[in-house]
Amino acid sequence: MAALGMRRPRANAAARSDKRAEWMLGALAVGVLALIALMVVTVAIKAWPSFSHNGLAWFGSGAEPDASMRAMRENMPLPGHSIYYFRAWPLLWGTIVTTIPAVLIALVVSTFSAVFLTEFAPDAVRRVVEPVVRLLAGVPSIVYGLVGFVALAPWIEHNFISNARKQSVIQVVQLNGNNLSTGAVILAVMILPIMVAITMNALAVVPSSWKEGSAALGVNRWRTIWRVSLRTARPAIVAGMILATARALGEAVMLDLVAGSRDFNANPLDGTTFLFEPVRPLAATIFQESGGLNIGVLSHTLYAIAAVLLVSATMLSFAGWAAKRSMSRYGVT
Amino acid sequence: MATAQLAPSSPGPSTPIARPGRESTAAWPLLDRLCFWLCWAAALGLCAIAVAIVLYMFVKGVGFLKLSMLTQSPKPSLLQKQSGGFSDPLVGTFVITAIGTALAVPIGTAIAVWLSEHARPRWAARAVESALEMLAGVPSVVLALFGLLAFSQGFLGFLSESSAAGHVTGTSFLTAGITMGVLALPLVVAANYEALSLLPARLREASHALGKTRLTTIRHVLLPSIRPATATGAVLGMGRIIGDTAIITILLGGAINNEPAGGFLGLLRGTGATLTSYVYYQSPAGEGNSHEKAFAAAFVLLLIVLMLNAIVTQISSDRPLVRRGMWRAMEWDLPWTR
Repeated sequence: MAALGMRRPRANAAARSDKRAEWMLGALAVGVLALIALMVVTVAIKAWPSFSHNGLAWFGSGAEPDASMRAMRENMPLPGHSIYYFRAWPLLWGTIVTTIPAVLIALVVSTFSAVFLTEFAPDAVRRVVEPVVRLLAGVPSIVYGLVGFVALAPWIEHNFISNARKQSVIQVVQLNGNNLSTGAVILAVMILPIMVAITMNALAVVPSSWKEGSAALGVNRWRTIWRVSLRTARPAIVAGMILATARALGEAVMLDLVAGSRDFNANPLDGTTFLFEPVRPLAATIFQESGGLNIGVLSHTLYAIAAVLLVSATMLSFAGWAAKRSMSRYGVT
Repeated sequence: MATAQLAPSSPGPSTPIARPGRESTAAWPLLDRLCFWLCWAAALGLCAIAVAIVLYMFVKGVGFLKLSMLTQSPKPSLLQKQSGGFSDPLVGTFVITAIGTALAVPIGTAIAVWLSEHARPRWAARAVESALEMLAGVPSVVLALFGLLAFSQGFLGFLSESSAAGHVTGTSFLTAGITMGVLALPLVVAANYEALSLLPARLREASHALGKTRLTTIRHVLLPSIRPATATGAVLGMGRIIGDTAIITILLGGAINNEPAGGFLGLLRGTGATLTSYVYYQSPAGEGNSHEKAFAAAFVLLLIVLMLNAIVTQISSDRPLVRRGMWRAMEWDLPWTR
């Protein structure tokens, strides 16, 4: 344009307005970026005193977290320790012991459901089942908690926790329907829709020539799915698992109602009774103790727990995003 | 085993005749047939769980739900069964959702437009994408804690109440609403960005060829084309906001009545309740002892969520029950333009 010697005032004005728009939108986007960076930094700053007083032993075991937090609330440090004393292992163990079984159950059920919805379902059935599975994703966690507390917990208590079982651990803890199994099962139902959606997307883009080639070799439909489709969708299933774990880590309300809300260190050496012991995961702890956020020392501890959650959720999100991106290399998604 | 799979089974006198069309599973090995039935069982089991939850809430909630509950405020009383309703929490839910969506939808759409149209400099675009992915994975309790920290600062005290000693509480409808907006942001951005990236390049090229600026193209060509996706993102965000309890408990206080602060925009700066926190406090785990009201409120909550889900399904379906007129994306893929 410049070579032709033409000068168009309107074009310059348009270019200026484009530049303005670009800067404004860019500023907004970078503003969100700054907000998130601010969030990480402030949570870390508020959490630092708790970590600096406890060191790496923060993650270990010692006095019960409830006792430490009560000491902080009443400003009466536990004998022989500072007011910041806190050992989070029962909470970490509670998180592990509800999240991992939930993800495993969800993995199996979601894979079979996704295979059904993409391969085996007749059209009419698929049109009904798909929205219903999506509905499960939208149910609020408080409703899951209420249903679990009032319906599932008594059923489990009635059928699985006999008096003999209760007596066997009565000195240490009281067993009832709110335990880690109930929590894990409902958590699995909550994270299923995420995994089903991701797996369905991945199964839908498996090249049909691969499936047809397998059928031409005489392989029946299930074996084709198992050997060809699911194997191609494996990165997606892994990504789904990672995202579902991130979701499960953040679940506070439902687990607070249903998983026992006692910071008990569930003991695998108890055999099957281990499955029915109450636990309290990290997020549920923050939720339950949220009344104490204006007390200095307690708030530092709660922010420390939040920092741990933030770091793990961030790492999982990035891992899931990286897994999804590596899938695009193969032309899937 | 391998050779048996490769050779097609010929129908003999005892094997069932396979019909043309779908492969019959009758001739499969037992393990494969078991897996086939497991697929059916898994999917139908999921359906059964969803239906069971809805039915259970219906049965438990409808018995206690009276129209008066929707219009009366919660009243403290010894006769918990007969007293009061949950009009305050209902209003609270509405206010929080309105504030959160009003924040999330414009900002989210703008960010999605920037990511898909400009996205320069490259490092900024990558950083914003990563930040949104991270935000999508952050637990809502952590977001609530950060919100409390941020809004307790002195200079943001106008958003909530301050005690007599000048200590900012940081809990109000405004603060909770803003935090909810941040919560819903990734959903809105994802929905819009995905739709924008699926738009064909010829739309933008045609608009530029006509001499339109970038901004005009965005406003008059691109955004109208993605209306269904924008609506879907907004409704998904609303669903997430309505269902969240942790942020409400931490940022809106533990009241079951709406308590406006005095002065301008009193309701927004005061504390209150929403359906989710009301259900939590009335449930057996909270302080109230009235399961019935908890169930009634939870049933209303579930109904609202079901309605939102139905709206999302309708927006993105090919056979809507209602003619959508201007809500349909403009039909750029007309057969004769291809």
